[in-house]
Amino acid sequence: MKLTGAQILCETLERLGVRDIFGYPGGAILPVYDAIGKSKLHHVLVRHEQGATHMADGYARASGGVGVAMATSGPGATNMVTGIATAMLDSSPVVCITGQVSSKLLGSDAFQEVDITGITMPITKHNVVVSRVEDIARTIREAFIIANSGRPGPVLVDITKDAQQATADFVWDATTPQLPPKRYRNNHDQKEFDRAVELLNSAKRPVILAGRGIVLSGAMGTFEKFVRTSDIPVAMTLLGIGCFPATDPMNLGMMGMHGEAWVNTAIQEADLLIAVGMRFDDRVTGDLRTYARNARKIHIEVDRAEINKNVKVDAAIVGDAGETLANLLPHIHERDHSAWMAHIKELKGDSAVRDIQTLPDSGHLYAAHVINDLWKVTKGGAIVVTDVGQHQMWEAQYYHHDAPRTLITSGGLGTMGFALPAAIGAKFAKPESEVWVVVGDGGFQMTSCELATIVQEKIKINIAIINNGYLGMVRQWQEFFYDKRYVATPLVAPDFAALANAFGIRGERVTGRKEVVPAIESARDSDQAVLLDFRVEQEDSVYPMVPAGAALHEMIRRPNNPLVETASEP
Amino acid sequence: MQTIVAYVENKPGVLNRVASLTRRLAINIDSLTVGPTENEEIARMTICAHTDESGARRLEASLEKLVDVLVAENISERSMLERDLALIKVAADQQNRPHLMELIKVFRGRVVDVAPESLIVEVSGTVDKIDGLLEVLRPFGVLEMARTGRIAMTRGGDLLRPPTAASNAAAKDKDSAPASS
Repeated sequence: MKLTGAQILCETLERLGVRDIFGYPGGAILPVYDAIGKSKLHHVLVRHEQGATHMADGYARASGGVGVAMATSGPGATNMVTGIATAMLDSSPVVCITGQVSSKLLGSDAFQEVDITGITMPITKHNVVVSRVEDIARTIREAFIIANSGRPGPVLVDITKDAQQATADFVWDATTPQLPPKRYRNNHDQKEFDRAVELLNSAKRPVILAGRGIVLSGAMGTFEKFVRTSDIPVAMTLLGIGCFPATDPMNLGMMGMHGEAWVNTAIQEADLLIAVGMRFDDRVTGDLRTYARNARKIHIEVDRAEINKNVKVDAAIVGDAGETLANLLPHIHERDHSAWMAHIKELKGDSAVRDIQTLPDSGHLYAAHVINDLWKVTKGGAIVVTDVGQHQMWEAQYYHHDAPRTLITSGGLGTMGFALPAAIGAKFAKPESEVWVVVGDGGFQMTSCELATIVQEKIKINIAIINNGYLGMVRQWQEFFYDKRYVATPLVAPDFAALANAFGIRGERVTGRKEVVPAIESARDSDQAVLLDFRVEQEDSVYPMVPAGAALHEMIRRPNNPLVETASEP
Repeated sequence: MQTIVAYVENKPGVLNRVASLTRRLAINIDSLTVGPTENEEIARMTICAHTDESGARRLEASLEKLVDVLVAENISERSMLERDLALIKVAADQQNRPHLMELIKVFRGRVVDVAPESLIVEVSGTVDKIDGLLEVLRPFGVLEMARTGRIAMTRGGDLLRPPTAASNAAAKDKDSAPASS
């Protein structure tokens, strides 16, 4: 059967199980759009191509499958760059398809020509230019495999316009992926494995550092068995949140720069760290010279390049988190670390018994209350999508996630403007799930144009803007480290409720603590998207905080007065 | 200095990917040579990098993450041969030419071009040997020099060959013996 390259592309995507594509048309991708119109694919028209990549990313993170973003050549492609880098840093399987000028014009500085494979080389797992119609199907199939195998990541396929227009015979079986024959590597190193077993069976103060690799591996069940058998408490990275229930007594919570004090102290006092599917990011370790000096370290990681990159470890097991933990399980003894757990509980001190819900209403609205109320009202069951900054850290501290893929956030790259589009993508992946955007007033303004996408697609998500009138996290750094010189952080914003109304979305401003729960409930009750503008305390900071470059135990603790934020017990 | 040998797909852009990776990892390349292999679809690279052992380990692992890199291996600690080839144009007149030729002979260089005012020496060998000859030639006046950068190969039965479906299958078979006792 003779098909055009554009038709072959659509047919291939359908056969790969793609339902939704997030994109924006333009000259060099028009043949594909014409074919999409005749296919079963659902195209979501975004308002900016950065939004398309974040949506595909949110789709991938919520579903575990591959998200697909599409754009035209030139500016369409370059607008994707931030979204691609976001997916790269957080190992998210996204396939970006861009149109390119015709092959005979390549290199001529043609209208809307840009070397997008050159530009995205360091921020993609792989990228490729396709200029022959015969290569389209195979390349797309390869892109899907690359994006979602090993350590996942974004792949960009740049297809010239003439390849989209040319016709070729399309036989699915003739387009089998032909990836280069990589050298087979046996990652099993018996010595390292035995050392890990020995360390696990002899540790007295062990802590597991759980990362996103557990979620990507789908290893939640095995991981839980591992925790129960070894009786080792779990500290989470930001992206690891959800891989083990927050309400489980063995879960200490998030570690690192804004981790609770007892979590970081436990890590500093530990005699063994078992890092699973995490990469010892600087936001997690603080100063490396003083990081967990008393601890031996085991690193279980699928990406060999991460071993000994930031932290030198005593035993490294390269491999899939689930498989590795399953291999370890028969060798580890059932242990009882209740004395160590009791000590950690002591470290919690009174923060373990204080509950922010019992604090008297001071007339101020605090972000922590908003997010903790959101957790209570949604019973922890929503998919929450956040940007980067204060609201992101408060979300991680006060919304307790019990299930994987329910917190979607830009961790590694820390991308403002991620939340709103990523939430749209997540909603397409999980139409039955309740999806909340938790976003700052700064980040929201970066991609707020996607409100129109919500309306056009008639999807139901709720948006909670944590509006403090500042670029809050930067302001906090200025408060702590630059003598409160608030340069370029005070932020004028539109009336977000009125803005939402202009888009055709119900908007509501919330200023008092008593209004929080009713507002959340009414948003949930509506069958249309709702935006809530929470006017929170302006100069509130996220505590505890390990200043950049400081030792992990050198935290700026929560001030006692006003006692606005304390840890919340799940 | 660390020496990494890699087999890569012989197609456009692969050199760019490798160079881009070293730049991203902030590893300075001393020399990088690429040449065809007996299989025209595969090229062989020798990468000499200014980094320590752990930097080399990371470079090697990161190289193998590139789809087009079939295998990358750090051979710095193994018994191996390294060769660099240089063409050196030296100022030479009738008076000092015989003396110059004597010196070149000592270094097993070959004079491949003679002109009234200069001559060209071809010399191959280790970097140290070529540097040594250069040192000696410098007082005469080195007018121009071209060097290929190093190629390297492990000695004897220590083979480093591009992977094939068959070699991978054989390696897998060997490993499928019970994993953990």
